[in-house]
Amino acid sequence: MVKDHIILPVSKPTEGSMGKTGLWRTFRPVINYDKCVKCLLCWFYCPDIAIKIRDDGYPEIDYCYCKGCGICWHECKVKAISFVREGEEVG
Amino acid sequence: MLGKVKKLGKKTLVITGNYAVAYAAKSARVEVVAAYPITPQTSIVEKIAEFVETGLMNAKYIRVESEHSAMAACVGASAAGARAFTATSSQGLAYMHEMLHWAARARLPIVMAVVNRAMATPWNIWSDHQDSMSQRDTGWIQFYASNNQEAYDTVIQAYRLCEDEDIYLPAFICLDAFILSHTSMPVTIHDEEDVDKFLPKYEARHWKLDVDNPVTNGNIVTPDHYYEMSWSMDESMRYVKKKFPEICEEYKELFGQWHGVFTKGYKIDDAEYVIIAPGTLFEESCVAVDMLRENNVPIGALKLRVYRPFPSEDIISVARKCKMLITLDRALSYGFNGPIFNDVRSAIYGETGTPVFGYAVGLGGRDVTFNDISSIVRDATLKLEKGLHSSFVYYGLKVGEK
Repeated sequence: MVKDHIILPVSKPTEGSMGKTGLWRTFRPVINYDKCVKCLLCWFYCPDIAIKIRDDGYPEIDYCYCKGCGICWHECKVKAISFVREGEEVG
Repeated sequence: MLGKVKKLGKKTLVITGNYAVAYAAKSARVEVVAAYPITPQTSIVEKIAEFVETGLMNAKYIRVESEHSAMAACVGASAAGARAFTATSSQGLAYMHEMLHWAARARLPIVMAVVNRAMATPWNIWSDHQDSMSQRDTGWIQFYASNNQEAYDTVIQAYRLCEDEDIYLPAFICLDAFILSHTSMPVTIHDEEDVDKFLPKYEARHWKLDVDNPVTNGNIVTPDHYYEMSWSMDESMRYVKKKFPEICEEYKELFGQWHGVFTKGYKIDDAEYVIIAPGTLFEESCVAVDMLRENNVPIGALKLRVYRPFPSEDIISVARKCKMLITLDRALSYGFNGPIFNDVRSAIYGETGTPVFGYAVGLGGRDVTFNDISSIVRDATLKLEKGLHSSFVYYGLKVGEK
């Protein structure tokens, strides 16, 4: 039991504890499922746990929390992820 | 894997202040040491490295690339529930400054030795309190040791104090460069098993980095919450005032050592004039007190053992009984006198009208002898006789000499 006068900024990891951080994005990663080989490197590298694994084994980006860092796009070995400016179509 | 720990019996060794601190870290069963060398602190962490290397101390020793990293590593270790230690001086302490705030605000009971050394520029490796006084408002408890035994005992007492569930703040213990750090004196070193009775294994009851129960400390906090956390630290400083006297009493019962609590008086009971000084300035003041008493000067000395939290209560009670306070500062608050002088005046304001005369001495390691302190007392006595109430003097200044 922590004493009442010890006030600490301790937080537990919960989904969206910082709000919808997807709003921070300038570029968004888009997965081309025709090229994806389900290696899950993108899922492994995502620093925000914003990539989920679907029941069929494919990764899926949660755009509510993806900040658009581009790490998944950089790491994808089969170039199945493109990185496009928000508001623009996949080229 | 960590080495097997061998025992070392209780004994009295003739050692330097730096070695006394290293032995204290060993006696306290410090678990993580992260350090970067800097004169005049280096022999502390060298000795600890030797203890770890030879299996006398069961600790993880992390060699880092800077003092900023040293404190960052201590923050990480302490947050993971380990008893962490480091030591530094001068520029190293200044370089740590940012991390000092992190350690205190995360409420991590890290203990550090600071061997007081002058700040550059120009380079000067000698004793000066500018380094530690400049860290006044970081939330660290500050001790000033006046001899090697006190340096040893205070490290152990500091862990007990900092790890108290009402406190959870870090502390540093100051030693005057060379006067203590490199001067040998007899120091009684206690068995780890005996120290265990006084200082049980550290348990982080407030928060901890734990893979089984992941938490974050220090995420962004809005103006709705931050202020209360600052208040909380100040509240814990008030608990230091409550808890430290009990800790010192218990230490005395177990180990027979007594260095006072926040302050320690020398011949102050019937003193009309009292010199207030930290560390070795107090020890030298005691020599001056003995000499002056032979000439019937009714003087005593008060050791400022703890600088933060500031022992206002002790100072008020001494000030109420005497006619004049004399403060010795080995640092300046540029543009506003010396820090101890200012704090003493502030502490007694509205409580008693005792005159306070402040003197800057010993900056950059300039020698302060009992003769200097006697001259200071004579100067203050003349000012008191003239009816002056307060002044700040740069003692022994060589500017404008002909």
